[in-house]
Amino acid sequence: MNKYTVINPHSKFTVLNTHVHNIDGIAKVTGRAEYTFDVKLPGMLYGKILRSPHPHAKILNIDYSRALEIPGVYGVVTGKDTLGVKQGIWRRYKDLCDEQILPLDKVRYIGEPVAAVAALTEEIAEKALDYIDVEYEVLQGVYEPLDAIKKDAPEIHEGFERNINVTRHIEWGEVEEAFDEAEYVREDWFKCGGQAHMCMETRAAVSSYTPEKKMTIYSSNQSAYYMQALMAGVLGMREGDVRVLAKYVGGGFGGKFELDGAIFCSAILSMKLFRPVKIVYTREEDFIATKRRTPMFYYVRTGVKKDGTFCAREAKVFTNGGAYTGMGATALYLTGFFHSFPYRWKGYRYDGYRVYTNTLPSTSMRGFGAPQAMWCSEQQIEWIAADLGLDPIEMRRMNSHHEGYEVPGQATIASCGIDQCYDEIKTWIASKGELPANRAIGLSACGFMSGGIFNWFDTPYSFSSAVVTINQDGTVELHVGAQEIGQGSNTTMAIICAEALGVKVGDIKVHSGDTDHCPADLGAWGSRQTLMTGNAVKMAAEDAKKQLLEFAYAQSGLNIVYDLDIKDGWVHAIARPERGEEFVQLVRKALRGKDGQRIVGRGYYTPHRKGMISPAYSYMLQGVEVEVDEETGKIKLVDSMTAHDCGQPINHLGLIGQLEGAFSMAAGYGYLEYMPYEDGKLMNPNLVDYKMIRATEMPPANIAEIDTYEPEGPYGAKEAGEGLTNPTAAAIGNALFHLFGVQMKECPVRPEMILNALKEKKEAQGK
Amino acid sequence: MEKILLTLNVNGQDYELYINPKTLLVEAIRDHIGLTGTKRGCDTVSCGACTVMINDMAVKSCSVLAVQAEGCRINTVEGLEVNGELAPIQKAFLDNGSYQCGFCAPGMLMSAQALLNESTELTEWEIKEGIEGNICRCTGYNSIVRAIDATAKGKYTEAKS
Repeated sequence: MNKYTVINPHSKFTVLNTHVHNIDGIAKVTGRAEYTFDVKLPGMLYGKILRSPHPHAKILNIDYSRALEIPGVYGVVTGKDTLGVKQGIWRRYKDLCDEQILPLDKVRYIGEPVAAVAALTEEIAEKALDYIDVEYEVLQGVYEPLDAIKKDAPEIHEGFERNINVTRHIEWGEVEEAFDEAEYVREDWFKCGGQAHMCMETRAAVSSYTPEKKMTIYSSNQSAYYMQALMAGVLGMREGDVRVLAKYVGGGFGGKFELDGAIFCSAILSMKLFRPVKIVYTREEDFIATKRRTPMFYYVRTGVKKDGTFCAREAKVFTNGGAYTGMGATALYLTGFFHSFPYRWKGYRYDGYRVYTNTLPSTSMRGFGAPQAMWCSEQQIEWIAADLGLDPIEMRRMNSHHEGYEVPGQATIASCGIDQCYDEIKTWIASKGELPANRAIGLSACGFMSGGIFNWFDTPYSFSSAVVTINQDGTVELHVGAQEIGQGSNTTMAIICAEALGVKVGDIKVHSGDTDHCPADLGAWGSRQTLMTGNAVKMAAEDAKKQLLEFAYAQSGLNIVYDLDIKDGWVHAIARPERGEEFVQLVRKALRGKDGQRIVGRGYYTPHRKGMISPAYSYMLQGVEVEVDEETGKIKLVDSMTAHDCGQPINHLGLIGQLEGAFSMAAGYGYLEYMPYEDGKLMNPNLVDYKMIRATEMPPANIAEIDTYEPEGPYGAKEAGEGLTNPTAAAIGNALFHLFGVQMKECPVRPEMILNALKEKKEAQGK
Repeated sequence: MEKILLTLNVNGQDYELYINPKTLLVEAIRDHIGLTGTKRGCDTVSCGACTVMINDMAVKSCSVLAVQAEGCRINTVEGLEVNGELAPIQKAFLDNGSYQCGFCAPGMLMSAQALLNESTELTEWEIKEGIEGNICRCTGYNSIVRAIDATAKGKYTEAKS
């Protein structure tokens, strides 16, 4: 089965990187964990959403009088029941706040909400949808970015010339001069598909508005704070009057931190009816009316010297933005930045255009633009190595980032284990010996961020905060705003807290996913929580520990050159660890010494002076062994190996799970998860026709963890689990290149594409 | 449609229900009996989140009507533990990190348990086939396969009833 090895392990920790069970695990394996999907409040009604059948149409009139006559129907809402706020997550930039959920004037994609019903049962609500009469004036739609930028294309939003929603430019060095130095230049066009987040728990919300003018919302989301702030904005309420709860969330993957129809419509219905209203999306609704990974067209021009030295790269990207901005603006930036990774370019230029179309809006999804970037970059690099007759691993190695490298004007690389990654993958390839004729190995390298530095959300709070409170019996309350969505953040924070404070994980209760009781935190996106919330937790725990140790120092009578520490619940002099006392004894003394006030430690983190993008970067190289049936064109993944640098591992079990899981999602993007649209309509919005990795398709996901130290991260930790969504599609593409000599320019690679490529190759050889 | 009276035996307990005969078993278990451990992830019998055991066999409870299960032994995730002690397969899931968001876990556990009820001599491929009907978007399945394999080999002890 799987192999997991750690290169250069550290062993100075008592809790960190040991075998700790997920602290929410028992709730999850016994069925006790209560998801939004399971929430039932007294007097609760069930809501259903009426959706647009047209990709682009004016709403002329909505008549729901017939629906109200159905017994059991309590109310209907449309755009007229809202404040009509155009909302978006890029709150600092008003023109990018472009989405009215329940629009007043027109619909821009098939599946867009136009009205919502609340009824006694879900069945009645669904029936009532048939009795809402909507009069539309159908407009011409446009579905592909390269069509939507044409002069005569229909206008999707007013004031956006050629439907261009956002542009992004990244540049460093003298690009044309660097191209002049190149002895070999190659240019290619690529097409990258979308991908559904496909969270097992579909979008769900229960909203309850009460006569005190307060709103309580249970929602399946990735940032309770974002939901609170955004909902307050669209409802015209104060943030403090909106409480958002999300204790257990059935997956997120980048799709659950913007407002969706479930949370918005349930809240509007509840405000109108003063009853709790629950809305759960069906799987089909989740496919057609949430958001998706951003489809992209990529033009890449790369110039290198004949010895393989990278000189310059230029990329132009047109993304299918769909109907609204959402987090797509961030994906547009990050794809351009990570397209340069993990290599040093003397000159680099990126121009990205996010284009509105009449399709499902696109947004962030695990990898955040980088899987698309790597699909293009890592394949082209492989082809260049082949064109020049160079070893693709050594060519990558000689151009890679290293510790201390500055990406000009963008980032400083403080830790980087990519060099050892090359060694590990070389060893793995060598261990495989000669492969059967129908198999080949493909490689792909990449890097990823550990949280974003940007503040387009315009939060006045620090990016992460934590509060540690110590009870008289030595148990610890840890309050964080980090959002647990399955990635294990509660466990990771408990581990950091336990290590810093010197207690056991079992002594710590983690409170998260409740805006009434937890400090604000930007939540689970962009791989930010381990580094950012982790730093806040470490700071809070160290603050509490320092306050406790003051009492220990005062009574110890030790010479000032000796210092004290707490490890594993034992307070002791570091030089004489056998001399000391139990943690709980010290806690009681401190409590008395503080006149009964509990010890409270506080911590926070906001990145400063860390460049433009992220405080730290992870690195990885992946090899995938691929088998192809030439008759059918079907791909089978046989084996895989990832050499991975995430700094100091914190949560051992969580890390393995994240890396294996990221691989499965990334592999799906490479060859299975296809979202075909026809005239704005998704053709496979169900789990029969939308294929993804199942147990029988999953190969071993071996891991070699390169243990580096990241100075900005808690205990030296950085990103893990999102970055590994980036390399796999390209690695599969590269395996196909080595197997057949074909260059696949579109992902996901479907069997008919392989058959066509083989046919074309045969025909070319025939000539 | 006229409601009917039926009795379902879930985790050894009889529940008398007065429900619409169109009610799916998953709806009866979740909405009428109130055992919300069993989940639902699709509308097409594709994801396996609603898997329960009927007479020791894994069945997607969205694929049968509640009335069809009358007179059968139905087991859900809530029935795995005994007096607060976890079943071996639950211990194995904990120890191998075989879940992340946890939404597929109740169904996955029932598929795994049904597989183990059939045989403890399982190859890796047989384990993978046994859980092929259950989608897990988080883990990539390998940790689940490890957990089932370890349980089959007797690594985790039985709860005392």
